[in-house]
Amino acid sequence: MNRSPYITNAPTVSIIMLKVLLALVPGIFAYAWIYGGGILVTISLATITALVSEAALLKLRQRPIRPYLSDLSAVVTAWLLALALPPLAPWWLVVVGTFFAIVIAKQLYGGLGYNPFNPAMVGYAVLLISFPIIMTKWPAPLILAQTKLGFMDQLQFIFSNTLPANVKIDAVTSATPLDYLKTQLMLKHEVYGITQAPIFGVWGAKGGEFVTGAYLLGGLYLLQQRIISWHLPTAFLTALAAISLAFYAVNPAHFANPLFHLMSGASMLCAFFIITDPISGPTTPRGKLYFAAGVAILTYLIRVYGGYPDGVAFAVLLMNMCVPLIDAHTQPRVFGHTKN
Amino acid sequence: MNAIIQFASKLIRGQSAGADTVHKFHGGVHPDGQKQQSTTQPIAKLAIPEKLVLPLRQHVGYIPKIKVQVGERVLKGQMLAEAEGTLSAAIHAPTSGIVTAIADEIIPHPSGLPDMCITLTPDGQDEWTTLRPVDWRNTDKKTLVANLRSSGIVGLGGATFPTHIKVRADGKSSIHTLVINAAECEPYITCDDMLMRERADEIVKGMEIVKFLLGAENCIVGIEDNKPEATAAMAAACKALPDTSVKVVPTLYPSGDARRLIHLVLGMEIPHDKRSTDVGVQVFNVATVLAIYRYFTYGEPAVDRIVTITGSVNSPQNFEVLFGTPLQTLIDAAGGTKAGTTHFIMGGPMMGFDLPTINVPITKAANCIIAATPDLFAPPPPAMPCIRCARCADACPVNLQPQELYWFSKSDDFEKARDYNLFDCIECGCCTYVCPSNIPLVQYYRYAKSEIIAADKAKEAADLARERNEFRLARIEREKLERAQKHAERAASGKTEGTKTEETKAAPAKTATEKPAADTAPDDAKKAAIAAAIERAKALKAAAAQTGDAQNKSETVSADAPDTSDKPALTEDEQAKAEQAKKDKQALIAAAIERAKAQKLAAAQAGITPRNVEDASPAVQAEISEIDAMREKAKQAVKVQGSDSEP
Repeated sequence: MNRSPYITNAPTVSIIMLKVLLALVPGIFAYAWIYGGGILVTISLATITALVSEAALLKLRQRPIRPYLSDLSAVVTAWLLALALPPLAPWWLVVVGTFFAIVIAKQLYGGLGYNPFNPAMVGYAVLLISFPIIMTKWPAPLILAQTKLGFMDQLQFIFSNTLPANVKIDAVTSATPLDYLKTQLMLKHEVYGITQAPIFGVWGAKGGEFVTGAYLLGGLYLLQQRIISWHLPTAFLTALAAISLAFYAVNPAHFANPLFHLMSGASMLCAFFIITDPISGPTTPRGKLYFAAGVAILTYLIRVYGGYPDGVAFAVLLMNMCVPLIDAHTQPRVFGHTKN
Repeated sequence: MNAIIQFASKLIRGQSAGADTVHKFHGGVHPDGQKQQSTTQPIAKLAIPEKLVLPLRQHVGYIPKIKVQVGERVLKGQMLAEAEGTLSAAIHAPTSGIVTAIADEIIPHPSGLPDMCITLTPDGQDEWTTLRPVDWRNTDKKTLVANLRSSGIVGLGGATFPTHIKVRADGKSSIHTLVINAAECEPYITCDDMLMRERADEIVKGMEIVKFLLGAENCIVGIEDNKPEATAAMAAACKALPDTSVKVVPTLYPSGDARRLIHLVLGMEIPHDKRSTDVGVQVFNVATVLAIYRYFTYGEPAVDRIVTITGSVNSPQNFEVLFGTPLQTLIDAAGGTKAGTTHFIMGGPMMGFDLPTINVPITKAANCIIAATPDLFAPPPPAMPCIRCARCADACPVNLQPQELYWFSKSDDFEKARDYNLFDCIECGCCTYVCPSNIPLVQYYRYAKSEIIAADKAKEAADLARERNEFRLARIEREKLERAQKHAERAASGKTEGTKTEETKAAPAKTATEKPAADTAPDDAKKAAIAAAIERAKALKAAAAQTGDAQNKSETVSADAPDTSDKPALTEDEQAKAEQAKKDKQALIAAAIERAKAQKLAAAQAGITPRNVEDASPAVQAEISEIDAMREKAKQAVKVQGSDSEP
């Protein structure tokens, strides 16, 4: 029997997923530092929900549980969703979102390798449409909050939605810069004036830009480890910068500068962790460029003209739909062939 | 756009886009070389074993014709089997001795099946037959090539393609460059490396001969940069020669693949549907050119080769081994196997295969034998689903999309697989090597390829059969008309004047009810039965014609290649055949019925009864009796169907 090659040298799926989780750690630390330890609770909740629902579905589908749980793909989905949710999201929101991501978006499509849509983004989109108020109510970064909630207070808020007796909800929340920018622009204010508000930092959101920077750091680690290809983040960031620069150049009073778009919202998380999901993304090098650029352009358009403050989730899902088309039309030239 | 991507790609990978003389190919992998173990010792000559088993099938092409008989004494270098047809190679006695058996033995082949072998018991004298060296510089090229046909030399890199075909001038193409493949990119294998270190001068002389035979102007030796000693030796040997150079290529598997090597050293991309000779390049392995040198200079045919024995043996080394030497002898010479050795791999770990048993001989294809242990070659963990990471696409030296080919092969979507250039796959194993999900990708491609080849063959056969059948039906139709015409003419001349032969032509279209009615009731029943039978036959024929194409297609798909599939290929094939036979029979019956109808009508019009056939030829009589039998059958059928089907 001819079963060559006899030797392999590849990181297993588990190793790849583990490195993705590792690359998220700086971002999580920054997150916890800026918004408080509540995120750790959210992540734990999401992880447990993901593993339990994945195991249950594998059992229902009569698939081996251990190899599929230990591939860690469910954990990656859980962490990405948890990081995309607002800090201090109520526990049931985390559970519902994760359950939806794992059960509906992943396992019901056939499990690992078969989901056409990014599970974390499906979970996020479902929550955003179903519970828009909770999903857009972000707590202020600890450095800006009038009242700083301790870890136990955050825990209590997550599980029972109650704040300490003397604290009002407005004291701990604030608009996100993307949201604030959008509403202020509607009030005919100019970008320069708006960005003087205390919630704006040097590049993006005050505090939030550190989290974004940490994601960038993790992303560079993934690039260095060859877990992700350079095509996706490069094309995404370039396209986002290009389109925001074009708008900004035409009317800087009405459109934020490219750096703000790169460092706000979920841009970096998207560039290095969300669009780099291989299963729901394209496989050809050229296809990756088109896909990432498409996500960037849609993200920008939704941010500027759409009804939601950030557009990453919808942009990714919309581009996921185009993947088969992109793949079919971006086949590289095969050695010895003139043109496809 | 593409230029930007390529530039960015090179920038990221840290490759220079400069005018380096080596032209890199896409992808490739860096497996651990494992070559140092077997290069510590020089090549040793293995002693003549007690028995030599020479398979007739040691090359690509036709099996040679046996020229000796059991019990015959043969001399070293004497031809035992002669090349049969163009694509074939001779077999020679590796030493003098007695032919003790000509029988089926297990040969070193992935199938593990036995094949015809000549067994030679050496007499220890190692007595050469009369050798006839050739002064190749002063001999006609055609004669040289014809000589080479009986040399038994085949490509010793592992492909075992008969060498005389590669130097044959076909008049169409002129070779300008000879590329010597000394890349030896597979891990563990060092036979070419050691050969170049020790016998560079002879190799270079062989290169001169091949260059002369091909009429090539240039000669380039491509060596991977992990063989500095061999490179130095070859460079020194080539120094005196004009138009001959040694080119060091980076160590990157599979640089030893001919098309990859040509690209590396010449920057030429051989079109996928062409051979390298179509663009003026021919590739030879170093060991092959050495064999050619020995053949022309000393008259020695191919009787031995260098084999690397490595892996889990006590002293890995290269040996000069006579063809037919039992593997066990080679293993013993290498100090025996270490504990835990489970089996042996022939070839390298990337493209080699498991030997079915230790009781196989060394053949012309055996460049390397690796004693395998589970530590060296761990069985792959269970395959996980493909996560579309496209690492395989990054590693593919042909720039295919292995993940797409995998999905198509897995879902038996062979047409799609072919569209995505499955047949450009060289089965190098790079994709499997880098797959995080441990999917045995190459096996899927081998399966798909064999299925497609089998389907193509079956389709060809089916097309031929259909064509033949259509021709036959047309002939029958023609004969029928001719016969009817003859009958009518005869009848017309004998009895009535007004009958027109044209009417007989229209007759088959008419139904039975239009025939002149007979008076008696049994006759009516009979006719109804015949009409029903005809209708059935017609319907069947129409259905057969409609489904003909689809049927052929499904036939071809269900026909399996014997070596890859565990499906019951034979029974399906038989079923398909039986169906075809049934259809043929139905067509025959329908034709016969129509013939009978035409006859009857012609006869009726002529005013004679169909029974009066005493003057007809025996063939026609036989036909009539056959039709009668069918009528009986049809009647029976009507009876059995009962009253519910009758109005």
